[in-house]
Amino acid sequence: MKPTDISAPDYFHKVVDCQWACPAHTPVPEYIRLIAAGRYSEAYMVNWVSNVFPGILGRTCDRPCEPACRRSRVEDEAPDGRERREPVAICRLKRVAADYKEDIRSLLPQPAAQKNGRRVACIGAGPASLTVARDLAPLGYEVVVYDGDRLAGGMMRTQIPKFRLPEGVIDEETGYILNLGVDFRGGQYIHSLKAVLDEGYDAVFVGCGAPRGQDLDVPGRKAAAKHIHLGIDWLANVAFGHVTSISKRVIVLGGGNTAMDCCRSARRLGGEDVKVIVRSGFEQMKASPWEKEDAMHEGIPILNNLVPKAFTHNGGRLTGVTFQKVRSVYDENGRRTLVPTGEPDPHFECDTVLVAVGQENAFPWIERDIGIEFDKWGLPKLDEKTMQSTLPNVFFGGDAAFGPKNIIWAVAHGHEAAVSIDRLLNGEDIAARPAPTTSLVSQKMGIHAWRYDNAISDDRRLRVPLRDVSAALKNIRIEVELGFDPQLAFKEAQRCLNCDVQTVFSNRLCIECDACMDICPMDCISFTHNGDEDDLRGRLQAPAQNRSQDLYVSGTLKTGRVMVKDEDVCLHCGLCAERCPTGAWDMQKYLLVMTHAGCARTGASEAQAVVT
Amino acid sequence: MTYIAKPRLHHPSLAKNRVGFTRRDYEGKISTLCAGCGHDSISASIIQACWELDIEPHRVAKLSGIGCSSKTPDYFLGNSHGFNTVHGRMPSVLTGAYLANRDLIYLGVSGDGDSASIGLGQFAHVMRRGVNMTYLVENNGVYGLTKGQFSATADKGSRSKKGQSNNDAPIDLVTLALVMGATFVARGFSGDKTQLVPLLRAALAHQGAAVIDILSPCITFNNHSGSTKSYDYVREHNEAVNRLDFIPLHEEITADYAAGELVAVRQHDGSVVHLRKLHADYDPTDRIRAMSYIQEHAARGEVVTGLLYVDPEAADLHRQLGTVEQPLNTLGAAELCPGAKALEKINASLR
Repeated sequence: MKPTDISAPDYFHKVVDCQWACPAHTPVPEYIRLIAAGRYSEAYMVNWVSNVFPGILGRTCDRPCEPACRRSRVEDEAPDGRERREPVAICRLKRVAADYKEDIRSLLPQPAAQKNGRRVACIGAGPASLTVARDLAPLGYEVVVYDGDRLAGGMMRTQIPKFRLPEGVIDEETGYILNLGVDFRGGQYIHSLKAVLDEGYDAVFVGCGAPRGQDLDVPGRKAAAKHIHLGIDWLANVAFGHVTSISKRVIVLGGGNTAMDCCRSARRLGGEDVKVIVRSGFEQMKASPWEKEDAMHEGIPILNNLVPKAFTHNGGRLTGVTFQKVRSVYDENGRRTLVPTGEPDPHFECDTVLVAVGQENAFPWIERDIGIEFDKWGLPKLDEKTMQSTLPNVFFGGDAAFGPKNIIWAVAHGHEAAVSIDRLLNGEDIAARPAPTTSLVSQKMGIHAWRYDNAISDDRRLRVPLRDVSAALKNIRIEVELGFDPQLAFKEAQRCLNCDVQTVFSNRLCIECDACMDICPMDCISFTHNGDEDDLRGRLQAPAQNRSQDLYVSGTLKTGRVMVKDEDVCLHCGLCAERCPTGAWDMQKYLLVMTHAGCARTGASEAQAVVT
Repeated sequence: MTYIAKPRLHHPSLAKNRVGFTRRDYEGKISTLCAGCGHDSISASIIQACWELDIEPHRVAKLSGIGCSSKTPDYFLGNSHGFNTVHGRMPSVLTGAYLANRDLIYLGVSGDGDSASIGLGQFAHVMRRGVNMTYLVENNGVYGLTKGQFSATADKGSRSKKGQSNNDAPIDLVTLALVMGATFVARGFSGDKTQLVPLLRAALAHQGAAVIDILSPCITFNNHSGSTKSYDYVREHNEAVNRLDFIPLHEEITADYAAGELVAVRQHDGSVVHLRKLHADYDPTDRIRAMSYIQEHAARGEVVTGLLYVDPEAADLHRQLGTVEQPLNTLGAAELCPGAKALEKINASLR
């Protein structure tokens, strides 16, 4: 193999698994260290710069970072299942920063002193649009945000129950953005994109979400319609206080996170016998594992492999749902089909059904003759990097772009769209994306002293304290999770392996004494003759079987061999560098900050100002 | 030197041996030696060899004297018996332990100061008695703990870090061991584990006095251009006479070699050492020839490494003395103290 080019921005970025997996590329280990140090405001700002809604995401994020976390690849697993390998509780640590920060308003960007004369409209006031507004307003753009609801937040406000995300957090974090000189026009539903364009906006960003719930067209649907509700509409009605109670017996159909929110809300509004019934098997459900756990913790059974066949009713009054029992069969390509088992159809009694089987995009307000093309699924044709539609000054993001995803993807889309809009309106090529800012700084303080805590914690993942179930179920507005307190947060933060503190090797300094290889607890380091990647992976100190993780290969050493490090399970404990007599190994902190709109041009990144 | 404990976490593929231990189970405390010390590589090789041999850690007794090398038993086999003895007196204490309990595996860990200076007499006698042990000399040619004076194994004409030249003739412990009757004599290099680990495995299985002189660069005081014990010097002048494949009793012999390339030596416990010849004229079972071979190459400035001599028919001290088969701690009071009548009988037989 050729020597690894560690100056390529992606190389070390990929080693920081959490940051690489985060759509917004939040520098996770950086803020976790700040939390451990009790520097909550700074930890909050590191987040705010990257993901805009730390308090909201710290409660609700889909956490793509956690399955990626290296910690879950290095812990021991007890065969009896008592001890599981688990990632660092990245998401809930984020909440700690939001909970314990001081007043951070002085750290936020100021509204532009002077407008630049350009006008940008954002349709919908959800996470994608608000990200665009946050990135563009301080640069002097006149940003107008429209939403059919009176308050900003979009689905964060309408879909996520208050017992998971209190209203105050939404108000605070949407407020930070609206106070940047953004013109928010709540309660103003947009009926025509053409009309908006005719108002002379220089660019339009569409962040209207995927607002239509999928229905279930089975017998009895129409006759019992009064007792059957679409999940997302029902959640919105609950959020706005239009719905305050539900019948005693409730069936929720669907296996996604919306279904979990529906069943838990129903439990709080009077539902005593609430069940979730899903077509797929338990493992194949779309809901995040922790959301399933939370629902079951509240006494809600999840029944699997049952396909709804008919709603039964008595003259329009719903009496229950009949299902067909199925099992999943996979063909050679791994495609799943549900095959009836032939057992008798079970019938479950209930008074109300909530249908949460999926969401769809709907753009009835976009005229089809204004130059915006849609694909066969009804989604706009977009450039995946720039978020630009076929009408050059119209951009899409969030669920409106590629169908339902989640908040953190919406934020990432918003950042990209803001970069595009800024470049477009400055006459720059929007296909040329600004490179991220990176830095690599030695953490060495002394022979064996580093600027980070390199001792490895043996703690297992800590549980977030919860409110007592009976108390939690009494009021739909009482938050269930109490959050980590500072002591628990410190312990959990110490589980982080500091994967951003990179092992940097200099082959010119190496004397091949084997000290690093001998001390490495994970057998990551080998000195051997070079070969191609397949060959090398098989004959290292320990086999390097995780091909998604790179091998770090040095230049040729004095004996003709090379140093090969398998990045996969490195603990970043720095023992290789402590044991190196010549300083051939050094621990260097790699900080990558995405370049947001305007930052490349002004040279002074708001992010860098915060993250020092 | 490191302060934090070595993390307990390990590679997911870390395997267990036949007695249910992983390699990590053979580790000791974290080393406090200088970063890059050759001794730490030797510790790692001992850990590897013991794991590969499926040795139960509590069956090993590790004894040492004084010095950097003699500190190292703290850094491997944390679950074995250990004894830090007086400077240079490890062989006596080890002999005593061996006489009392012949069932343990004895590892003597020493250095060039401990063995070639203050303990030279002890070194010589433990070899001639044939104590069943593995005697490791972690040889760096320098007194590291007292800041870099020449030791007795430093080559004549080699220079210290400050530039002084060594005028005294060196003691070659390999030659001395051969003269004194050791039945397994080898030389290794801390920077070459592929050679050192099989040497250690073969030595641990050898039923007699086995000695390995291991060149182990002192990174702080003796790894400079005037040294003959530096990483660079040893790598440039290393003349390995053979490569070892050590096959324990329970393992099948699967290695496949061309005819004439290989010498197989079956040891007393049934284990086999396969020697792949690198020097065609070298015969590791000829003690006299080995001595002259080593001297000839030393005169040319070459460092001969590998398995230099092995006597497969080695007899150990217990056999020569005709002692009781069981360790003393397994005998009851009646056997250990047979009473006045038995004493009378012995005394009478001596009159």
